[in-house]
Parts: sequence; C-alpha cells; structure tokens
Amino acid sequence: MSLLTLQNVSRRFGALTALNNISLTVEPGELRAVIGPNGAGKTTLFNLISGFFPPSDGSIMFDGEPIMAVNPAILVKKGIIRTFQITEIFLDLTVYENIRVAVEVAMGISLRPWINAATRAKVNARVEELMEIVKISHKADRVAGEMSHGDQRVVEVGIALSRHPKLLLLDEPTAGMGDEETNHMTDLIRSLNKTQNITILFIEHDMNIVFGVADRITVLDNGTMLAEGTAKEIADNPRVQAAYLGQAA
Amino acid sequence: MSSQATEIKHDAAPLQKPAFQQRYAFICLAVALLTVPVWLPLLGGYTDLASRVLIFALAAMGLNLLLGFTGGLSFGHAAYFGLGAYGTGLMLANYTHSTLLAVAVGTMIGGLAATLLGPIAVRRRGIYFSMITIAIGQMFYFIAVRWNSFTGGEDGLTGFSRQPIHMPGFTISLHTTSFYYLVLVCFAVGSWILWTILNSPLGHVFVAIRENQKRLTFLGIRVDVYIAVSFAISGFVVALAGSLDALLDNFTSPDNLKYTLSGNLLIICVLGGMRNFWGPLVGAFIFVLVQDYISSITQNWMTVIGLVFVLSVIFFPLGAMGFFRRRSRS
Repeated sequence: MSLLTLQNVSRRFGALTALNNISLTVEPGELRAVIGPNGAGKTTLFNLISGFFPPSDGSIMFDGEPIMAVNPAILVKKGIIRTFQITEIFLDLTVYENIRVAVEVAMGISLRPWINAATRAKVNARVEELMEIVKISHKADRVAGEMSHGDQRVVEVGIALSRHPKLLLLDEPTAGMGDEETNHMTDLIRSLNKTQNITILFIEHDMNIVFGVADRITVLDNGTMLAEGTAKEIADNPRVQAAYLGQAA
Repeated sequence: MSSQATEIKHDAAPLQKPAFQQRYAFICLAVALLTVPVWLPLLGGYTDLASRVLIFALAAMGLNLLLGFTGGLSFGHAAYFGLGAYGTGLMLANYTHSTLLAVAVGTMIGGLAATLLGPIAVRRRGIYFSMITIAIGQMFYFIAVRWNSFTGGEDGLTGFSRQPIHMPGFTISLHTTSFYYLVLVCFAVGSWILWTILNSPLGHVFVAIRENQKRLTFLGIRVDVYIAVSFAISGFVVALAGSLDALLDNFTSPDNLKYTLSGNLLIICVLGGMRNFWGPLVGAFIFVLVQDYISSITQNWMTVIGLVFVLSVIFFPLGAMGFFRRRSRS
C-alpha cells in the first residue's frame, strides 16, 4: 500500500489556481524530491499534505485514510511532520531546550505541571539520542537564535524527528546554506531515509542534491504535474528540459 | 564532550544560572526576607511596606507566568486580584471569622474566574487578546462600583478585619509582624508552585509558545488550550495576592479591579525583567518603594514611576534582572 496518495487534487485561491489536478503516490521508504520553478505550487502541495489548508478538489490519502479535512495537529499524530521554508524553531532557547520541548510533547506529558527524576531521565535520553542522530550534540547548550542558518535547520529537523514521523516533509532544507552545511544536510537527509527508514518528501532547488539524493523526482510547473520518475528519466525528459532545466542551463 | 557531562549540565534548568551562584543568591534572598521585621525599621521602613512589596511581587510573578513566560499580554489581571480581595473581604465581613478560609475562598473565586474567562480571551492573539482581557476586567470593576449594597460601591468595602488564626493548642494574632510572615509563607508557596511549573514539561511548552506558536501547532499541540491553562494558573496566584492585599489594609476598593492596577502589574514585570523568574520581585520592590517615598512628597508620584518606566524600557529592555543576567554561551 502506498503511504501517500493524491488523486486529482486542486487548490484555488480566488481566481488563482495554485495546483491543478495533481495525482501522485509516495511509497513507504521512498526519498522523493519535488522540484519546479518559483510559483510552481511546491509549497502549496506541502501545505495541503500537512493540513495547513484543505484542497479545493480531489482526495488525499495517508496510510489508507483520507486526510483532506484533518487539522495539522491530528496529522502530526498520524505521522506527517514538516519543516518550513523559513526555519520555525524556538530562537531564544538552547538547542537542547528546543528538542526537549518537542520530545515532551511527543511523549504526551506536556500538560504535566511537574516532572519526576525517572521521567526527566527518559526525556534526557531521548533528547540526547535525537541530537546524536542529527549530529548537533556538540552545540547542545548554544542558544538557537545565535547559531548559523544551517545549524538552525538541523535543529528543526531534530524537532521534527521527535514525533517519530512516517512521512517527513522538508521545505527547501538547504536553501541559503554554504557548501559545508549543504553537505551536512544532504548526508542527514540520506541517513534519515536509509538508516531511520523515514519516508521523505523534500522541495529543493539545488539540482546536484536532487539528482544525487532522491529516489524519484516529481516536477511541478505552473500548478500542474509535468513529469515524475527517476533521476535519469527526469533528466532525459524533453518536456522537463524545455520547461525547467532548459531555463536553468 | 561525553554524554555524561552534558547530562549533568542539563539538569540545571533553563531559568538557572550556574548552580552555586544560584543557590548563594537564593539563600541571601531567603535570609533577607525572613529577617525583614528586624532590619527594615533600622532603615526607616515599616513592616507593612515589606508586606506590600511581597504582595505585589506575588501578583506580578503570577501575571508574569502568562506575560513573560507564555507571551500573553493580559491587561485585565486586576480583575482576578480584585476578585480575590473582594472575595476575602466579603467572607470576613459577612460569613466567617476564619482568615485562612477567607483567603482560600477569595483565591478560589479569582482563580476560577480566570479559569472560566481565560478561554474566551485566548480565542484571539496579540492586541485583540489584550483588548478582550481589558474588557473582561472592566466588567468586574463596574459591577463593584454599581452593586452598592453588597460591595460598598465606589467607597470600597470596609467592615472586616483580619482575624486571629486559631490552631490546635495556640493562636496567632495577625498583628503587623505575624501578618508579614503569613504573606511571606504565601509568597514562598506561590513562588515554589510557579518555579515547579516552569521547570516542568508544561512550563517548557509555555516558554515555547512565547517563542513560536506555529512550530508547536505543527508538533500537534492545541496552543490555545495551553495559553488558557497558563491564564488560569496565573489568575489563581494573582487572586491569592489580591486576597492578602485586602487583609493588609482591612479594606478593598474598585481600584483593585481597575485597568490601572493591571497596568501597574505590567509595569512591575517590565521594570524587574519579565524574562527572569525573580524579576517581578525586584520590580515590585522598586515600584512600591518609589510609590511610598514619592507619594509622601507629591501626589503626582505616577509621573515619576512613568519616567522610571520609560527610561528602563529604553536603557534596560530586559529589566533590572536582565541587566545582571548571563546566559551560558559555550
């Protein structure tokens, strides 16, 4: 069974059709890139899947259930977690505190007005584990707002992982990063997919990353789906070359 | 860095400075507060002044849970202060001779009002949230003014006084000094509750709400529920302070329900530093002292407070405690 299925999904904002009749499926364990020029509808697609707003038409199925009218909080519990184009973390808190609050929410103890030593130890262990996975442990006590953009992105991924995502949506995870940060993030995406077994859907502009990392690629252009396939299929697709890659070259 | 070392480090809660310094400062504060009746008269002060500092500090710390740690600017917390005061005053005037029962009832009335009314305000954010809190607060003000027969109207509520506390085997008469210690006990209990909450998962979420609501929503949290919880807890603490305020003066008036008091509590938080746990205590100290000293010279003491407030916002935006704060930057 596919993890995520979109059937004939459209989204209109007044007279503007941001997405028109999109159908796509994502299989469990897949690492899928979504590419397309600015205004192609990539972030709109993410907003629909993560429940930010409902589609105007069509159906979205996750794990065999329809999720068109489900609010973001419920979708998170079902396992759809996203990051944002503009990093959304807790800027005045340390890296450790950022991930800790996410862990406590994920553990379902966030309404408790006290904490005992045993629970605190459990929370600590999980936070340490997540910081290891995203490789940010050495900066645990840094205030997030004072760190580089790349590090903040990594913290955001750490926060997202706290909820044991089945489907992780990353909106331009490497945007605005230097080479070293980009490499770190690329390695992270790959290892989350291969070793943590998380299905990942990511929007990306950097073609080296897209073609180097993704199992499959979905190309959007002007709200419609232009093509879908492996890196090689996409690179050889004349329509994609004309509409998108052609412009870039 | 070994994970063992990081773990030990993390046991220090977010609000804490290095443990040793922290503990030292705390012990100094505790000793100073416990010995107030001894040293304050030597400096020309009087014990009721210290009681007032602690009462306003407790109220401001309660408000600050919502303001500084959850990021909700309430302009109507005087309502819960005043309800605590009126609840206690009316109990003692009409129904009971037990001071403690009156305090408990006053605190419950104010706290429950915040619990019921908070959810209305949290339906909106930012300036609209603040406007709703003012509107709700002023409602109680006008009820107190109009309902002459029950509340004493504009003249305020009189005809009650704090009664001796009867314990099995002994009796505590609440003269000035022993009343100060009652206030101190309430202040200590209130601070301990707030401290415990801020170091709990619930408190961590409060601070995270202040920082980024969108992130929390997409972690699967109903942010408005948590703000309402913060609102309610803060209401209970403020109501306790209001209840003690009525006992301090053996009097309460609609002024204790008015938005100007809400504003004063906000000023206290900002003066002392609303990002700091003890900030409101420092703010209350400054506020009450300036009020007491300047008002003996001129009626326009609020002008001086206003000036101090403006200067502090410009030069010490994090308040008096923010001036001293050091954050770990490794």
